[in-house]
Amino acid sequence: MDTKIQLKNRLTTAFSENQKPLLNIYFTAGYPALDDTLPVLRALQKSGVDMVEIGMPFSDPLADGPVIQRSSEIALENGMTIKGLFQQIKDMRKEIHIPVLLMGYINPVLRYGVEKFCEDAAAVGVDGVIIPDLPVREYIEDYEEIFQRNNLSNIFLVTPHTSPERLKLIDEHATGFIYAVSTDSTTGNTKDIRQQEAYFSKLKTSGLKNPLMIGFNVRDKESFCFAADYANGAIIGSAFVKAITGSKNLEKDIDVFIRSIR
Amino acid sequence: MNFTVDKNGFYGSFGGAYIPEMLFPNVEELKEKYLNIMHEESFIEEYNNLLKDYVGRPTPLYFAKRLSEHFKANIYLKREDLCHTGAHKINNTLGQILLAKRLGKRRIIAETGAGQHGVATATVCALLGFDCIVYMGEIDMERQKPNVERMKMLGAQVVPATSGSKTLKDATNEAIRDWINNPADTHYIIGSVVGPHPYPDMVARFQSIISKEIREQLKEKTGSENPDYVIACVGGGSNAAGAFYHYLNESNVKLVAVEAAGMGIDSGYSAATTFLGKPGVLHGSKTLLMQTEDGQIVEAHSISAGLDYPGIGPIHSHLFETGRAEFLAITDKEAFKSAVLLSKLEGIIPALESSHAIASLAKLNLKPSDTVVVNLSGRGDKDLMTYITRKEEFLKD
Ligand SMILES: Cc1ncc(COP(=O)(O)O)c(C=O)c1O
Repeated sequence: MDTKIQLKNRLTTAFSENQKPLLNIYFTAGYPALDDTLPVLRALQKSGVDMVEIGMPFSDPLADGPVIQRSSEIALENGMTIKGLFQQIKDMRKEIHIPVLLMGYINPVLRYGVEKFCEDAAAVGVDGVIIPDLPVREYIEDYEEIFQRNNLSNIFLVTPHTSPERLKLIDEHATGFIYAVSTDSTTGNTKDIRQQEAYFSKLKTSGLKNPLMIGFNVRDKESFCFAADYANGAIIGSAFVKAITGSKNLEKDIDVFIRSIR
Repeated sequence: MNFTVDKNGFYGSFGGAYIPEMLFPNVEELKEKYLNIMHEESFIEEYNNLLKDYVGRPTPLYFAKRLSEHFKANIYLKREDLCHTGAHKINNTLGQILLAKRLGKRRIIAETGAGQHGVATATVCALLGFDCIVYMGEIDMERQKPNVERMKMLGAQVVPATSGSKTLKDATNEAIRDWINNPADTHYIIGSVVGPHPYPDMVARFQSIISKEIREQLKEKTGSENPDYVIACVGGGSNAAGAFYHYLNESNVKLVAVEAAGMGIDSGYSAATTFLGKPGVLHGSKTLLMQTEDGQIVEAHSISAGLDYPGIGPIHSHLFETGRAEFLAITDKEAFKSAVLLSKLEGIIPALESSHAIASLAKLNLKPSDTVVVNLSGRGDKDLMTYITRKEEFLKD
């Protein structure tokens, strides 16, 4: 059965055009200050990041460790909302050409309305969405068609314990890339991803149709390079959020952090 | 109308398993195995023996004569307060620990609000010699100190949840995060009919012993298994689910679910989810939730820590939506006064949670011929500090 859906957006193109390991950076919208979303995005592009995930803060981020929890809490105190985020990035495509993903939990998206969310995301030039607590079955039955109609990639997570059959199902429905969670953990844990060689090798050789990105506990040059050996690239979240926490000069601190990775 | 869970884990439009992939293998394993294990003969025997000799079941169904005279109806109290550890919570923790044993998981985690579920979990962990880690909101640790000490004495580690509102919701977040980080050796004993499928169904089944006994006991006392009303308080809704379970399809039995109105439904300090909530997803299931327009979960408030939760189990959202159960909201003050009333009339000091169910008797237009069963979910020892410190404020008029 080859029902693989072909989307064409900045994200899918990024993988077909690039050979070098891709660096994907997560940051929380509205953090450190409410209006920092676009400046952070700009600085990331300028320092050569290949794609970004903008976190939509949620009051109860249960897959996240303390760093992203805290950034979400502050962003919410700052007044960040999905509506506000779309407003902040409504003209981003005049200057931002790298792929942009939105990452968040299902409840705020449900409240916004999934269909309207997809339409508004597509309208501002978002390429994909990551919602860790949206079940695969429900996505396929209720939302896949809406995502496709809006040319939005939906990014699924897999873990060291995702079964081969489930990995296959996810690969059939993935569009963009598959997000391999490096270890059994919440974000920003201290578990060492170098213990995960067997798992990464298995993923690398499992004949996935989709590109693979490794995330969770990737935090520095060493872990980035290690992960990138097994995948198309890697994702850094907590370490980046930590790096801009308390920053007095976002552009400079972001550049220093990204240069430390590659 | 069907009030039990369907094959995808839904009650009508509520329920499901909205979990990150990291939890999928654990939740899937539970889903595949829980019914088989619960139906094993050796499991049933072990569970029933411990319910009898360790928990002290069956708990009495007590005809409350003076309370009946006061409210002019025939009121029976289902005495879950007489369970070992002082509340219904142990019916569930005992079942789940025996299940964990069969799953080969010996590290147990739990969340707790009032501390009753934490104590009930720590107790069964001591009984089986398993490791026990209980997450508890920092604020709840302060207001339920005796229970914190009980858990420690039982050998559990109590970990404060310091994020968000620092109450039950945040303790639940922390427990779920722990499970994500320790998937292999750990079983999560959820304390109510909340969380991803199969938890709501599993917990309801373990608590269903309550209504199984009510039916038998009421038949013996009145000649009929069915009362006119069954009343229970709802935090997440486990004692209510247990008290309602065998009556769900008895349409002549009115089911009354009592939520905490806190300082008043519209005061901004309330936990009356069916009055204030909208459908949403929290802690792995779709259910009614108190939330902002933007889908952020709001903090609940109730004088009773066990009802201080911004959601209800999906089964209750379904009972509300279908009208099968009537939902009432009782304020802090009404609950407090009812605790004093029950103490004076019957010599029974109830938990503040259960006092909400007692208080609802005044709102029901009961007839003298009505037979009413109130599920007295727990005893009031843990609330003594609250009873002492807030007496003046609540009893002055
Ligand atoms: C005595 C008592 N009753 C009721 C509750 C509320 O829980 P549930 O709604 O799951 O029965 C609690 C929770 O801590 C409790 O301790």
